[in-house]
Parts: sequence; structure tokens; C-alpha cells
Amino acid sequence: MSNAPFTPGQTITMAHGSGGKAMHQLIESLFVATFDDPQLSQLEDQARFYFAEMTGAGDRLAFTTDSYVVDPLFFPGGDIGQLAVTGTVNDLAVGGARPLYLSCGMIIEEGLPIETLQAVAQSMKRSAETAGVSIVTGDTKVVPRGACDKLFINTAGVGVIPAGIQIEAGGAKPGDAILINGYLGDHGAAIVDARGELAMESQIETDCQPLNHLIADMLAVCPDIRCLRDATRGGLATVLNEFAAAGNCCMQIEEQALPIRTEVRGICEILGLDPLYLANEGKLVAVVPAQAVDALLDLMRAHPAGAHSAAIGCVAGAPAGRVLIKTAFGSQRIVDTLIGEQLPRIC
Amino acid sequence: MKYVDEFRDPERAAALQQRIKHLAAQIFARRGRPLQLMEFCGGHTHTIFRYGIEQLLPDSIELVHGPGCPVCVLPRGRVDDCVALAQRPEVIFTTFGDAMRVPGSRQSLLEAKAAGADVRMVYSPLDALALARKHPSREVIFFALGFETTMPSTALTVLRAAGENIGNFSLFCNHITTVPTIKAILDSADMKIDGFLAPGHVSMVVGETPFHFVCDHYHKPLVITGFEPLDILQSLWMLLRQIHGGYCSVENQYSRVVASGGNDAGLNAIHQVFELREYFEWRGLGSIDHSGVRIREQYAAFDAERKFSLVNLQIADPKSCQCGEVLKGVIRPWQCKVFGEQCNPQKPLGALMVSSEGACAAYYNFGDQQALIRLREENGVSV
Repeated sequence: MSNAPFTPGQTITMAHGSGGKAMHQLIESLFVATFDDPQLSQLEDQARFYFAEMTGAGDRLAFTTDSYVVDPLFFPGGDIGQLAVTGTVNDLAVGGARPLYLSCGMIIEEGLPIETLQAVAQSMKRSAETAGVSIVTGDTKVVPRGACDKLFINTAGVGVIPAGIQIEAGGAKPGDAILINGYLGDHGAAIVDARGELAMESQIETDCQPLNHLIADMLAVCPDIRCLRDATRGGLATVLNEFAAAGNCCMQIEEQALPIRTEVRGICEILGLDPLYLANEGKLVAVVPAQAVDALLDLMRAHPAGAHSAAIGCVAGAPAGRVLIKTAFGSQRIVDTLIGEQLPRIC
Repeated sequence: MKYVDEFRDPERAAALQQRIKHLAAQIFARRGRPLQLMEFCGGHTHTIFRYGIEQLLPDSIELVHGPGCPVCVLPRGRVDDCVALAQRPEVIFTTFGDAMRVPGSRQSLLEAKAAGADVRMVYSPLDALALARKHPSREVIFFALGFETTMPSTALTVLRAAGENIGNFSLFCNHITTVPTIKAILDSADMKIDGFLAPGHVSMVVGETPFHFVCDHYHKPLVITGFEPLDILQSLWMLLRQIHGGYCSVENQYSRVVASGGNDAGLNAIHQVFELREYFEWRGLGSIDHSGVRIREQYAAFDAERKFSLVNLQIADPKSCQCGEVLKGVIRPWQCKVFGEQCNPQKPLGALMVSSEGACAAYYNFGDQQALIRLREENGVSV
């Protein structure tokens, strides 16, 4: 019957994507049961919202999408499901939006154990609860072996931006300060570590966490935050280069002010990677008016998502469009956008 | 971080900087022209740019960034051979990560991988050997690359493969040697170098003795140098001390790692597996006698060049490329006609723009672009 539980060791087959009984069983007993959302349970082809629910929260809709293809699916401190919810929540939140609803599109390679899919779905549900969002609509496709790598997830998200909030990549002004909410590079290092190619003794966990609650608190203290992005792929260096280019100004950071875990520095030393370019999944970079720094840092450090927050530099007028880092020796160098993938140096 | 932070201490750096300024001023007063000091190794170049060490030095010291980046100096014909090997359906081609982006005449290994070749990144030749054990029906080729630093690990891997009778493992050997290359630089007519920072990790294997000819025959001071910023500053000061004192010798700043006799086990493995080639082609420098090694006849079964009879085409560098002059200190990277314009890290024309350890790429990535453009204009190089 359609609601019969799955047998242990059962795997996804092409039948689970065929539109027939197997697909309905998968959707109802796995996704609908796990996500447990009244909208989703209707099994309509779309989720429906009343304007009235939203207009009270703000005056603009924010809408975003992101796809998740991480390998391995499970890594220290997280998994692809957590990433798929948190990443999209954070993309909404850094625009100042209050995230409300997510979609979930699953592209599954045949042969994936159903237990794996269940674990991923449960992780998505937990992450959605933590962030305070609902997964309200979804889609499932199964592709033949080799046509995708185990599991790809796409999530789209809708949120509402409160009136008066204006956060833009080009909003930085000379004299502003640059803040970050904790250790850099944990996610990137955790993924390198989890691929098991290095056999490291210590385990680094991903920093994957939703930023929407922290950002809402920050905006309450400082509504005129100028720029805000989450430093995912390409790391801090990429975000700062985007701010510098969009704002036609110079981002100046201090090497000694950057919060980086010893273990992450160690992995970078061994492999010749630069933590400035390592991915994060729970780190925001904020450009804020200088007078707001103390109040913001107090608030951020008291928040669970920002215990190791730090002021890492300031905005200058020139050289416009550039990111400069001041080394511990007092010399300066340019931090450029990464060309291609970061590859380990050989010697 | 232990064993790292001690060698990056800003106060000690400032003290060394003062000593360097003091000696450099006295030397400049006597000579009337700046000193040119070469760091041979790409690892040193990387440290110098990463920590902005050039900005800490007086104008009377010019650093010349040498050819010691094995990825940069790999000729395009050899990369083409890599791609040809990787494209064979039975082959798993394994390589260190930063060799994947080096352009051949048609493709890099990254591009070949995207087009379907089975190219895999490894951290050690032993990882490649493990792949050979795991896939007995495939031929696993390891792209052996680097100076004497990486030679022992490759040699030991071949010895282990021979010991285990693994028949589906081979090397594409592109190892190069340090000493003949320093000699070739010293012999070139337009050479102006006043002293050398010698590569610390190569020295860890070969020891101090092979470098004595630099002092004995060419009368240039040489200091074996570590890779942290304080290592570089201290070694520069040691070079200045020799120049100021009017003597030259091989000094070992990196004594915490380098033993004067080198590493016997490593050297024995190298000699057992490899022999010198008559010559080897370098991107940017041309052919240099005895500057590469190949696998000895005894281990021919592990030599991809013999196994797959490679084309080994020589493809000349583009005419506009001035890497050779940069490598010898005749011009500075930003004085090259194509620097930053036709030649940049996205589309490198010359060797030195290829890897982040190449001098030109380092200037391009870490340098003050505005200042470089100003310098080019002052020196009459059209931008």
C-alpha cells in the first residue's frame, strides 16, 4: 500500500520518479511525512499564501534560489540537507529579509539508499525549524546512474523585507567598518578533511548555521547596515571584492584581526590554501557605520551565531575597487578575486 | 600555531629589517648601485609576496625571482604529452593539484578532464600507487614533477611498486635538478645577480656541498634559506653580511631542517631509480644540460615515456614572452612588454604567469597594480 514503510536496505529506483505508485509512496511517506507542513500535505501543484500574512512583516518580497551538490553528502557537523535549507535562508537574510517559505527540488541518482534520503530530509526539517521557515512545495526527479552524483538539491526561498531596510553591495562608504561573525574557513576545511584524502588527526566541523535571527537582531540595533553578504564559495576575499567593486571603494583588512581556528590554519599551511578564499556556510560579512561597531559587536558576541565576532578592517576611498590586507609586518598586499579553483601547491 | 608563529614574529622582523637597512646603506654607499639578490625557489617567491617582504627592504636591494617553480618552467610540449596520456581510455592520470592548470599548446589537464579524461588530483605518489592497486585493469600514471624535494618520494614509490610487482603503475617523469640550472643562470652573459637565497627543501635532500661551486667558481655568496618570513629576512641579512665583509661562502640559515650532508636515504633512492638526462627543456630558459632526470633502464617498466612512446614535441615560447630576462634579473616582471595585458593569470603566455609561485603571477596577484603601472610609465614601457 502507498503508506507502507520502506524496507531496510531499500534503494531508489527509476520507478520512484515515474509518476506511479512508487513515486507517490516516496513523496507521501518520506517527504510529506518528514517535512510535516500543512501546505505541503495538500499535495497541490503550488503553495498558496495570503498577502495579508506578509504585508504586516514588510513592504517588499525577497526571492532567491540555490542548488546544492556537495560531495560527500554527510560531513563533520553537517550534511547536504542542512546546507540546502541554511544556504537559502541565509541568502534571504543577508538582504535584510525575514525568511518564510522554501521549496525543495530533489534530483536523485538511482541506487541511492532510501535511508540516506530519509536522513537528509530529517536534517532539512530540523534546519527549517531552527531557522523558523516552512518547506511548502517540492519536486522529485530520479535520474539514471551516472547522470547525477547521488543527490542534488535545489531550494528556493521567499521572505519579506521590513520597510526602511536598504542593504546593497554598493553601499559601503569611506570610514565604515567591516565586521564578521566568527571563525573563517571552517566549512571549506571540513570538506577537504571529510574527503578523507589527508587522514588528519583532528576533525574540523562545518560552520553551517542560519544567520537570519542574528541579522534580525543586528538590524534592530543598526537599521542602516550598508552591505551584508554570507561568505560562501570564494570566501571572505570574494565578498570583499564584490563590495569594493560595487561601491567603487577600497576594503582594507588587518591580517591579525581575522578570526581563524588553529586547525584551519594548519590545513591551509599543509596544502598551501588561503583561508581568505575558503568557503563558509554560516558567516556574514557586514559593512556598518563606524559609530555602530561597539553596539553591534556586543550584540553579535552574545548571540550563539556570533560568539567569535570581530571587526576586521575598514573602508577607504582609494585604491577604488581593491581589497588590501595589512600583514603583521606592516606591509600591504592586494587580495584579488580567485582565478579558477584553489589548488594545493606542490612544494 | 606552534613552529609557525615563532617564525612570523613582527618584532623580530622589525629588528632584522633595521639590520638589513644599516648594512645595505653601507654597501650602497660603496657600490653606488642596487644589489640584485635572487631567491631561486618558488616557495620563497610566494613567501616574499604573501608577507610583502619587498616593501620592508630598502631601494638598494632588488629581489630577483628565480626559476624554482617546477610548475611554471614545464614546457608546453610536456603538458601536451600529459594530456595525450590522460586521454587514453585505459589511463587514470594522477597529478599534484597545481599542475592541472598549466597550459599546453592546446589544453591544460583541467580542460582535458572536463573533456572526459580521467585526471585525478593526489597529494602524494603513494596515493597514485594505491589507486593502481585498487584498479588493476587500469594503467595509473603519476605525473612526477618537481626538483630534488619531491624526487625521493617518487623514487621510493617506484621501488615499492617494483617490490610489490605492480604492473599497472608508471611515472611520467619531469623531475628537474637545481644545480645545473643555477649554473646556467650564472653562465649567461646578461647575468647581474650578486647573491643567492638557495632553496631550503632541495637542500634538505642534497645538502650543502652541491652549492659550493657558486662561491668557489663564481664568487657569489649563497645562503640556504627556510620558507617563513623571518627565514627570508635573516638570510638576506646573512647575504649582506658576506657582501659587506667582502667574502663568499655557503651558509645554512635553515639548519633546523637542512643537514650539511643532506638526506642519505633520500639520495640513495634517487640514485637507485633515476639518472641524469643529457638535457631538459625549460619553459622560459630553453634547453639546459643535465637539468632533468629520467628513470633508469632497470625500472623501465615504470616509465610512461617508454611504455607509451610519447611524441615529445618541443614547442617554443611565444616570441613576445620575456620570461628568460625576468628570470635572470635583466628586467623586472612589470617591465615585460606583455605583463598584465596579453599575459595574465587567466591566460598566461609565459612561464612566470602560470602558477602563484611564478614571479609575474605573484606581482599580478599580490602587487600594487597602480604602482606597477606608474613604474612602467616612468620606465618608458608602453601600457
